Formats: sequence, structure tokens, C-alpha cells
Amino acid sequence: MTASDSNPVSPWPEQIFDVLKRAEVRQVGYVPDAGHSRLIKACQDEGSMHTVSLTTEEEGIALAAGAWLGGQRPALLMQSSGVGNCVNMLSLMKSCRFPLLTLITMRGEWAEFNPWQIPMGHATPQALEMMGALVYRVDQPEEVADTVEAAADLAYNGDSVVAVLLSQRLIGRKQWVKK
Amino acid sequence: MSRANLLDRRAVAKALLEGRDDTLLVVTGLGSTTYDCFAAGDHDLNFYLWGAMGGAAVMGLGIALAQPDKKVLVITGDGEMLMGMGALATIALQKPDNLSVVIFDNGHYGETGMQQSHTGGGVDLVGVAKACGIGDTQEINTMEGVAKLKDRVRTGKGTLVARVSIAAEETPRALPTRDGVELKLRFRKALGL
Repeated sequence: MTASDSNPVSPWPEQIFDVLKRAEVRQVGYVPDAGHSRLIKACQDEGSMHTVSLTTEEEGIALAAGAWLGGQRPALLMQSSGVGNCVNMLSLMKSCRFPLLTLITMRGEWAEFNPWQIPMGHATPQALEMMGALVYRVDQPEEVADTVEAAADLAYNGDSVVAVLLSQRLIGRKQWVKK
Repeated sequence: MSRANLLDRRAVAKALLEGRDDTLLVVTGLGSTTYDCFAAGDHDLNFYLWGAMGGAAVMGLGIALAQPDKKVLVITGDGEMLMGMGALATIALQKPDNLSVVIFDNGHYGETGMQQSHTGGGVDLVGVAKACGIGDTQEINTMEGVAKLKDRVRTGKGTLVARVSIAAEETPRALPTRDGVELKLRFRKALGL
């Protein structure tokens, strides 16, 4: 048993929300993921944030570039399978040094039940690094807030794409059959 | 191409951008629309894409949400819009009052040797925009229509997607700076950021 198993209501999604709010993030693009569901809901309920539901993750990269051009801080929420969809669009961030904080829930690793998630999950850190993103990984709930806060500083003050990978172990086992 | 009602892209860009001021923020899709808008007159509030194919419309959405008191105009080509067609669905849900996407549709990929695009094969981008729920969709085939479109973009309200019928002709290249950092910094500076 891990901390996240024994404590399924660990408040790390709410802690991420608090960090985004303190960092004055104003545009949050997302492609839904079960691991992000509480954070997405919190952002939708926050009046100061535009939440933008995307048809594909690469839209979120271009949206973020526009947000920054217009003077707002962007964040992008997705699962690891979406990282592959972003590869070419990340050229925009590198060519223009646009900042972006992206929070990525991992699939295809610890206790994954779906083999189709494994190839992209496995390639996620390399795909991000290949396109110039700085990549941090969190396995323990108590590390989430600090890591995301540091990543936000690095992104917005350093004109960089910074990705935080939220590990599958942190998120917990996906329940295939709803109880 | 000798069909009637196909407009000259440089003339359309010039008419849309004529007399523009700091209340209009412009994003151009890579390739010909970037050249067209630069040829119409450079401006610090033009953001010329040289890549990011499929990203122009959603980039406009990001600007529109951040700058609700300004008008945002995305000028892009049919090929660029086709690559990011999901953007029309995303924009339709957001319903920004201040965003116009104008598609210069010549039915071809002009930058790569004039191969026919999907719109050239019959795909209707205005129909797609309409089906997504974009409130105001327009088909423009005349320069009078372009003049009205210019006013609609600057003074109208509600999300607009317009398709302008453009002649598939090569135009002399007019190349703005390719330095993305320079384009970003001058745009933000012009907004006082």
C-alpha cells in the first residue's frame, strides 16, 4: 500500500489549484483526465480563470502562446498520451520563448491495466525533453505543491516550458469497474 | 485560375487591415497569409506565425480571452485551418465576443507547390464552423463584401468565422522577421505589458 492508496482523498489536486491561483494563472486549457478531474472542477469554479476544453492537447500549446501574448499566464492539463500530440506545436514555444506550465497525469506505468497506454507513457519524458521542456516528476503527495510552485516560477520567470509529471502511483490505481 | 469571384489575396489583406489601429490584434497563419499581412503594412500588433501549423485560430482565442477590450483578427489559409479544425469546436464553446477568424480559401497549399487542399476538393469550412455553433459565419466573394467584413471585425460583437474566396495565384513573397522572440516582445510592449 502506498500513501495514495491508503489515503484516496489526499488533497494534492486542491494544493495544485492553490498554487495556480497564487501564481495568477488566468487561462487553463485541458483535455480531461480522471487524475485531473478535481483540479479541472476547481479551476472551472474559479471566476478569475478561463478554463478551455480542448479537442486535442496541441490546441493548448497555441492557446497558451496567445494567452501570454495577451498578458495572461497559461497552464495546460493533460494526460501523458496527449504529450505526443503536442510535439510539433512545442516548436512555437521554443521559437518564441513562450512560458508554459503543464501538469501531466501519467499513464502506462505503475499498475497500468491498459497496454495501449504504455508506449506513449514510456516516451513522455523524452518527448517533452526532445522539444526543450524542463521535466519534473512527482511520486509522493507531499511533494506535489512544492514541485508545482517551483515549476510555475521557473516557467513564468524563465520563459520556459516546464512540465510536471504526476506519477500513476501518486494518482492511484484506475478503477476499471465503477463501484 | 480564371473563375469569377476569386479575389486577389493581397488586395483582401490590404482592405481588411486598412487604417487599423492599436485596438486590433492580428495573428497570421504560416505561409501566404503571413506574407499578405506583412505586405499590407507591418504593425507591432501583428503576430506572424512561421510555423505552428493548425495553431493560428486557437492562438487568437488565447489573445481574445486575455484582451476582452480589443478585437482579435486571425487571418489564415484553408490548409492551416484544416490542420486545426478542432479549434472551431473549441472556439465555439468559448464564444469570445471579440474574435474573428478569416480564412483565405484558395483551395490549395500555395507554399508547397499548389497541391489541391480538402477545401479545393469540396470541404466546406464555413459549414464546419456553422455546425460547431459559431454564431456568425460568412462567405465573402466580392471586395464590397470584404469592406463590410472589415467593419464587422472592428465594430461587431460575437465570434465570427468568415471564408474569403481567394484566387490560387502565386504572389511575390514579402517576408517579415522570422525571430519569434522579437515578434513576441514587440506585441506585448505595444499592449503595455
